[in-house]
Amino acid sequence: MATSYQQDDSLDSTAEFTDNVESRETLGKVFEVLFLLGLLIGLFILALLLFDIFRDGLGRFLTPGFLTETPSRFPDQGGIRPAIISSVLLGTVVILVTVPIGVGAALYLEEYAPKAWWTAIIEINISNLAGVPSIVYGLLGLGVFNYLLRFGPALISGALTLSLLSLPVIIVTSREAIRAVPDSLRNASYGLGVTKWRTISSHVLPYAIPGILTGVIISVSRAIGDAASLIVVGAVGFLTFDPGLFQRFMALPIQIYSYITRPEPGFADAAAATIIALLLLILVLNGVAIYIRQRFSIR
Amino acid sequence: MQNLNSQNDPYLLSRQSLDKNPSEDISEKIVAIILFACALVSVLTTFGIVVIIFQETFGFFQEVSFAEFFLDTKWTPLFADRHFGVWPLINGTFLTTAIAMAVAIPLGLSSAIYLSEYAQPKVAAVLRPAVELLAGIPTVVYGYFALLFVTPLLRYIIPLEIFNALSAGLMMGVMITPTVGSISLDAIKAVPRSLREGSYALGITKLETIFKVVLPAALSGIIASIILGISRAVGETMTVLIAAGLQPKLTVNFAESIETMTAYMAQISGGDSPRGSLNFKTLYAVGAVLFIITLALNIVSYWIANRFKEKYD
Repeated sequence: MATSYQQDDSLDSTAEFTDNVESRETLGKVFEVLFLLGLLIGLFILALLLFDIFRDGLGRFLTPGFLTETPSRFPDQGGIRPAIISSVLLGTVVILVTVPIGVGAALYLEEYAPKAWWTAIIEINISNLAGVPSIVYGLLGLGVFNYLLRFGPALISGALTLSLLSLPVIIVTSREAIRAVPDSLRNASYGLGVTKWRTISSHVLPYAIPGILTGVIISVSRAIGDAASLIVVGAVGFLTFDPGLFQRFMALPIQIYSYITRPEPGFADAAAATIIALLLLILVLNGVAIYIRQRFSIR
Repeated sequence: MQNLNSQNDPYLLSRQSLDKNPSEDISEKIVAIILFACALVSVLTTFGIVVIIFQETFGFFQEVSFAEFFLDTKWTPLFADRHFGVWPLINGTFLTTAIAMAVAIPLGLSSAIYLSEYAQPKVAAVLRPAVELLAGIPTVVYGYFALLFVTPLLRYIIPLEIFNALSAGLMMGVMITPTVGSISLDAIKAVPRSLREGSYALGITKLETIFKVVLPAALSGIIASIILGISRAVGETMTVLIAAGLQPKLTVNFAESIETMTAYMAQISGGDSPRGSLNFKTLYAVGAVLFIITLALNIVSYWIANRFKEKYD
């Protein structure tokens, strides 16, 4: 009785199995297309976004003086020079501040830090900082740079805020680059009696530079595109002079935001044109990164 | 004479340099201290965030009661009739976040599954960075696109207010897709080949292997990526500020204008809200809520992701 039951069952399921396998494979094909579609939707929206922005903004972008003049009250006049200069200054300060500190912190954690509870705390702390929203960094910048150090709503406050925002990313990517340097290189240097810092500065760092540069470019591009923290620190939407380090400032994303929020219709196109300028700036930065990475990688 | 000789002899010179050189010893120590100081900057940053936010928040709660902040259902700090109930802002934040995740989870996961299980390695090497470009577009650009392209387009189909939670949430979802996709992809790739091959050997199809073997094995990594995505959405500012409006409301109607915590913070600030005023302090009180929520999400995500790493190493 039990045997026949088992036989029936196995016969049954075998029959089902052969019947089903084709429809199951078809379902598999359907889902393969769905997964591909999910991947392509993102890329399609990216293409649509770029198309829309170039359609709206290219005419205004190509107006003579758009990159070289100061803003105007009229949407079809004036330019975005103060915003460009602000963004370039902000990016420069971010690089000058974060590269030494970020690479230094990465070197400490990779080459010097003992395995101790407080090293673990520093590491967890860095990964948590990478997830703190930009606008919260704005609160920090407002408290420390505007009020405590009395810089006020000046470019330097914004730049230092963006530097703190970029630091975790630079530390994480620099650590990966330093970790990728083979130990044989260090051991060969130590074997010749070279001290630790000299080994690092003459062998480890040059080897790690392409990786470090990639991280620097990624985080500086993000810093240049960030607006939320700068709004809190006090960036202005309209500036008729070229900012200095200790003056009121703007930035390309702030200029875009300020154009979007104006009711007159022409300003939307000016916003799109400014977006083109911002995307070009980020593109140039990334191009430089790829160029430098390839030059250094050959060595 | 002896001294001169030894300096001219390269062998002797190198012998000498092997001996302990006290000045070099000191400079080595100084370098180590400087590098340690660099690592401390990150700890000081966290310390600064916590001290500054909670100092001002403490000041806020001396003027507004804890109960009003968490029990009142109206947020009108800028009106004559002032109310400080934070729920409308939290509601707006989680409404846009929910819409964003409804976009980012399916798109991110299907990208990850396709790139890991179906795409040729050469194709994946091109498509992965292409998808990650979405995360590199400045968020103010997504705001522009949401307000001036997506909203007008959607208004042909459904009645929407000009500022609405839907458009902002949709674009935020597209922006967060690479966050969910990248981390899920790493988790899926970490699933050992042998598990898939064991499944194929039993006559299970590829799709069933993905859903019944690969995804469950990668589940903790996938959940970590989703929680991190939620944290990004909660903290995102420019898209919601531009496209979702500034109307704090307790509603689940995505067609209406709402206000998020971040949008309120951007609205109230500007570097020149008088320090010490109650408005200034609301900025920090809302910031404290935002900071605690995102911090909790990040810690949970980090914890889940680390648990899964140990499993296969």
